[in-house]
Amino acid sequence: MNLSKELSTRQESARHAAAKDYTEYFSFSRKSSTVVILIAILVVIGYFIWWLNIPFIEDIFTAGTITLIMALGFQLFMGNSGVLNWSYVGYVGIGAFASAIFSMTPSFKAMQIPTMYPFLVNLHLPFPVALVAGAMVAMIVAALVAWPLMRLSDAVGAITQFALLIVINVLLSQWSQITNGPRTFTLGGTRLTSLWVALGVAVLVIIIVYYFKESSLGLKLRATRDDRYAARSSGINFVAVRYYAYVVSAFIGGLAGGLYSHYILSITAASFYMGELFMILSMLVIGGSMSVSGAFFGTLFVTLMRQFLRQAENFLTRSGFEASGSTEIVVAVLMIIFLVWQADGITGGEELTWEKIKRRLPNGKKSREKVSKNVKQEEKA
Amino acid sequence: MNAEILFEFVINVLSMGSLYALISLGLVFVFGICQLVNYAYGEYITVSGYVLYFLGVFTNLPWPVVFLLGILAGVAIGFFSELVAFRPFRERSLDALLVTSFAVSIILQRLFQLGISPRSKAVPVPAFFNLNIQLFGVITPLRNLLIIGTTIVLLTVLVLIMKYTTLGIAMRGASENFVTARLMGVPANLMISAAFIISGLLAGVVAIFWSARTGSVEPMMGGTPLLIGFIAVVIGGMHSLPGSVLGGYVYAFISNVLSLTLPSSLLSFRDAFMFAIVIAFLVLKPEGLLRGNYQEERVG
Repeated sequence: MNLSKELSTRQESARHAAAKDYTEYFSFSRKSSTVVILIAILVVIGYFIWWLNIPFIEDIFTAGTITLIMALGFQLFMGNSGVLNWSYVGYVGIGAFASAIFSMTPSFKAMQIPTMYPFLVNLHLPFPVALVAGAMVAMIVAALVAWPLMRLSDAVGAITQFALLIVINVLLSQWSQITNGPRTFTLGGTRLTSLWVALGVAVLVIIIVYYFKESSLGLKLRATRDDRYAARSSGINFVAVRYYAYVVSAFIGGLAGGLYSHYILSITAASFYMGELFMILSMLVIGGSMSVSGAFFGTLFVTLMRQFLRQAENFLTRSGFEASGSTEIVVAVLMIIFLVWQADGITGGEELTWEKIKRRLPNGKKSREKVSKNVKQEEKA
Repeated sequence: MNAEILFEFVINVLSMGSLYALISLGLVFVFGICQLVNYAYGEYITVSGYVLYFLGVFTNLPWPVVFLLGILAGVAIGFFSELVAFRPFRERSLDALLVTSFAVSIILQRLFQLGISPRSKAVPVPAFFNLNIQLFGVITPLRNLLIIGTTIVLLTVLVLIMKYTTLGIAMRGASENFVTARLMGVPANLMISAAFIISGLLAGVVAIFWSARTGSVEPMMGGTPLLIGFIAVVIGGMHSLPGSVLGGYVYAFISNVLSLTLPSSLLSFRDAFMFAIVIAFLVLKPEGLLRGNYQEERVG
């Protein structure tokens, strides 16, 4: 209800402000404290870990940051549109393979993947260009297939996206002229995704995802999520709004995939399937899928928990118990628990803002009481 | 010669189609009542498969008892998974249910890996299953004919139940319009439990024939039948029980035709073709071959 009200006022003001239609897609609200806080947290942790200079912890942080980018791209479409987007991991896979193919040297490619198409073998781009080009490939694939799929929602939509994920996975795992088929695809060379590269891209993606959500395009998308029919009757072209978000989300997914393949250095199509999907889905559910902060803290929480559980698992296995795989069980149970009792996740589906932090501080108590009183009065009215 | 090939093709389509029809019917029973696409359905089959394995290897029970207990295991896991994992979400969004069924599926898979073994185990199969018999000049294992017979019997029983018993009529009412059915005094919990029990029962029957065909059970074995069920259900019609049966046979037909006609270089992409057909169906004809009580669900 609130959303559609805000939307209509904003559309009004946009109409008054400029004659050109596209301006309403670029009118941002001025709430930007969330972005600053999230970036600050990420950079401080990153700097601290870089300063510690322990390779093991640095690796965990880099991998976690790449996962964060994945989760943010996932949130951009799923959180704002409410459509379960199973196919997202497929685009991560496309980005991973495409950027790897772009950045590898021709001689290494010819040796590693003898079946590859000749024109792909001769392609060679520097790493940053390859990264963006890989993401572009994922985005173009999404742009080509997505339009008719955006009309579907609920169970039909979920099955369609699921089927699309399987199609992408079969293509990635069988097209041996591009991806080395079901065998492992080795990149060779050195690890190009360093801690600072991952961190830099993550900062950029946080900004993109947050301002996408706050843009009027994002606002329209959220309106379609909350009430499909009301949104439609207030003149929102659903398919178009969903389509743009889906394509942007595929781009970010492809970017994360490229970083991932240049971090892990050997990939198979199986790395971009149910297991990976389940991981980012659990992050979004536990953190709260409706907000960027939710994706951020969900990733932080689940990454830490998984590392902890993995250590415990290794310890148990070393002392004689068979415990591999128990991490997933714990995460899955936790996810169900969250869905039952706290369906909006840790953050409750809201963004972390400076005002909320101030309210939590000891001397901010008064203002919190005031707010709750106001809310109560509003409820009475 | 040509007639023989044709006859072999028909037997293959009918036997595979019968199995697929049972799989998709199990999915549709739950979907019809509570609109849940149950990702954990494949794991019901796995549970039954493991029970068959344990009873077959470690006990000397006669085959009918083993099969019966295997089917009962499917029924039990269907019933209890609904009770524990799905019931708390009844009033929540469909997406929450979907995500939960996905999580339940992962939990069960990991439990099998952890508790039993990540590697596949050979399942003992009664000798008469693999008995080759000759029919009109075509040699085929007996299990292919058994699955056709079993499916005919099961479908007849289910049709009779759905048509003539109070429970069946109530379930059909509930799948048509759940709210109205409740207003007429149909107990919601009973309906949903019954749907999951029938779904588990079908999964148990499927497990017998599936493990006889592959000869082994493993933690991830539920994945393939689940995907087949998805395709069959979408092709046949998600809101119609006869539609899902038809979808199973159509899937077997398309899959056999693709195996015969695709050049060998494209054969490994068969699944991609199958799922492309699924997407096309969902976009162009979301109600499936048989319409059922399809309600407009898409937008735009």
